[in-house]
Amino acid sequence: MFSYTFQWKQAFAKLPLMLDGALVTVEIALLSMALGIVLAVALTGFRLSGNRFLVAVTAAWVEVARNTPALFQIYMAHFGIASFGVHLSPYVSLLIGITFNNAGYLSENFRGALKAIPDTQARAARSLGMSAVQAFGYVVLPQMLRIAFLPITNQMVWAILMTSLGVTVGMNFDLYGVTQDLNALTFRTFELFALAAVIFYVITKIIQIGARLIANRLFRY
Amino acid sequence: MFETALTFQDMMFLAQGAVQTLLVTAIAVVLGTALGIIFGVFRFQVGPWWAAPLTFVLDVFRSIPLLIQLVLANAFLGMVLKLKLSGFTVACGVLTLYTAAYCAEIVRGAIGAVPSTTRRAARSLGMSWRQDMAYIVLPLATRVALPSWIGLALGVMKDSALVYIVQVTELLKSTQILITRLQEPLLLLIICGAFYFVISFPIARFGGYLEKRWSND
Amino acid sequence: MIEIENVRKSFGPLEVLKGIDLTVKKGEVLTIIGGSGSGKSTLLTCINGLEPIDSGRIRVDGTEVHARGTDLNKLRRKLGIVFQQWNAFPHLTVIENVMLAPRKVLGIGKAEAAAIAEKQLSHVGLGDKLDVYPSRLSGGQQQRMAIARALAMSPGYMLFDEVTSALDPQLVGEVLDTLRMLASEGMTMICVTHEMKFAREVSDRVAFFSKGVMAEIGTPQQIFDAPLNAETAAFVKLTQD
Repeated sequence: MFSYTFQWKQAFAKLPLMLDGALVTVEIALLSMALGIVLAVALTGFRLSGNRFLVAVTAAWVEVARNTPALFQIYMAHFGIASFGVHLSPYVSLLIGITFNNAGYLSENFRGALKAIPDTQARAARSLGMSAVQAFGYVVLPQMLRIAFLPITNQMVWAILMTSLGVTVGMNFDLYGVTQDLNALTFRTFELFALAAVIFYVITKIIQIGARLIANRLFRY
Repeated sequence: MFETALTFQDMMFLAQGAVQTLLVTAIAVVLGTALGIIFGVFRFQVGPWWAAPLTFVLDVFRSIPLLIQLVLANAFLGMVLKLKLSGFTVACGVLTLYTAAYCAEIVRGAIGAVPSTTRRAARSLGMSWRQDMAYIVLPLATRVALPSWIGLALGVMKDSALVYIVQVTELLKSTQILITRLQEPLLLLIICGAFYFVISFPIARFGGYLEKRWSND
Repeated sequence: MIEIENVRKSFGPLEVLKGIDLTVKKGEVLTIIGGSGSGKSTLLTCINGLEPIDSGRIRVDGTEVHARGTDLNKLRRKLGIVFQQWNAFPHLTVIENVMLAPRKVLGIGKAEAAAIAEKQLSHVGLGDKLDVYPSRLSGGQQQRMAIARALAMSPGYMLFDEVTSALDPQLVGEVLDTLRMLASEGMTMICVTHEMKFAREVSDRVAFFSKGVMAEIGTPQQIFDAPLNAETAAFVKLTQD
């Protein structure tokens, strides 16, 4: 049917190397999500603080993260920062770029989740003698988490997909980077990238199914 | 004041890149939306069981990096099928399917959001399926879908930055070429980012406005 | 004892409390009636410090509620409050709703808190709903759960803010029965209500509020049968038709 002969064996022989790359991909995504969530919480706090400077910083961060390409953000983290004389490794640049993007999108989600919890919930908690921190921690936050859970899952999938952009700043030991290097050696482009695609697919499915299982356990109400 | 080696010709070069970005985006969004509506209506109409194969294929487009989709399509069409297609064609084709995959999801959700009681009321007045779709479902579902669709269109514009991988010199690639030549990364990146921002920000705001207005009634 | 002295409170240009003086003794059941916007609900939220006041003084067992040094979180343990909207915590089961404050605020252990919660929930007739999420309960059941949640802190006083107003008519009875039971057990209660029959039955005293002023206070017989104030008379006549 095709004049092209597929050589899957050659590609499969490289599977262990690619799986090592996949681990790096997952690691970057997890790290960028952990940092992104912390920053998003801080940004949400900034926005609610009413301080004009902090509100402006948050607005700028959120809007740039949402209105420019992720690849642009990674370029900024690499070439942009480098022009100030700070030369970051591809790994760090990629991590900063994805974290920036995660934090921007998540902070919008957190703000929406917070808005969705009626004030009367905190009020009821306060009327039982809880401090503001207790009311937030035991009553508001758990309900926010439920609303923000799906967006967090989606952002995690995005973070996995975004790691593929690291190659543009010289990243070569994540899944995409490894695949690209192997391709330069063997020229089995289709087979290698098809295999990489399957690995990416499996990773995203594991995240989505895992998230659903966690959600079923966590949110039974 | 600000010293730069950036010339008028360089700016024109960037503008050409921007035109490529907008062109690829426009083609992908128009064709992808048309396909996405067909896929979305089909998925809603035949139910989850019969639509499973299509659902699976569309989900693949949303589960692997766009960069890999482009590389694979290019390799498959070029190396396997030995077709001589321009990078621009490949880029438009892949982005169209990518858009369609997300659009189908939006369309299916929007049709599902039309209350079945409303539709039954329409049918009980003697409207045909076609009339029900045209006069009841379409206007109501559009309200649900439009804000998400605007987000999708902007997303495709931003993601079109990746078509450099199939040798399309769009805006970000043009910027990168100039960075290599002029060694002024910050200025060039800011110009490039500002272009995306100026297009995306107001449209995203408008989408948010529509969402807020329409969710209130 | 709750002592309210010349309390004034405004929301912007609107003065909702225009100098209220009122004392509620231990064991007393006071109901407050009056038209909407008369300031009666605001007074309750001021008593438990959820709303600041502009001037005057509110003391609970001698502690001034709005004084700078007052630990409101500590004070609120004494003052159970139930609102018109029951505000169930949707992410917690019925028993967890009731256990939360005793555990986190009073620092009571899990087993003991569960025992307290179970006792209070049985008391309000929800002993068979312990592990259900609030979304599965009717409005009346959720409101009774909110009462049990407040009671679990063993408060000295209970404040009820129109607790039946948001309920479907057929569910009002079960909640009022719960309030009657508490009254008969000697709980000190301030109830803001529109249920005149209930007010007449359970109250030691009834206060009529109008436009931010306490127009009249007296025994149920006085207020309902022989009001001294013309406005009270008009209001009572209107609501009894």
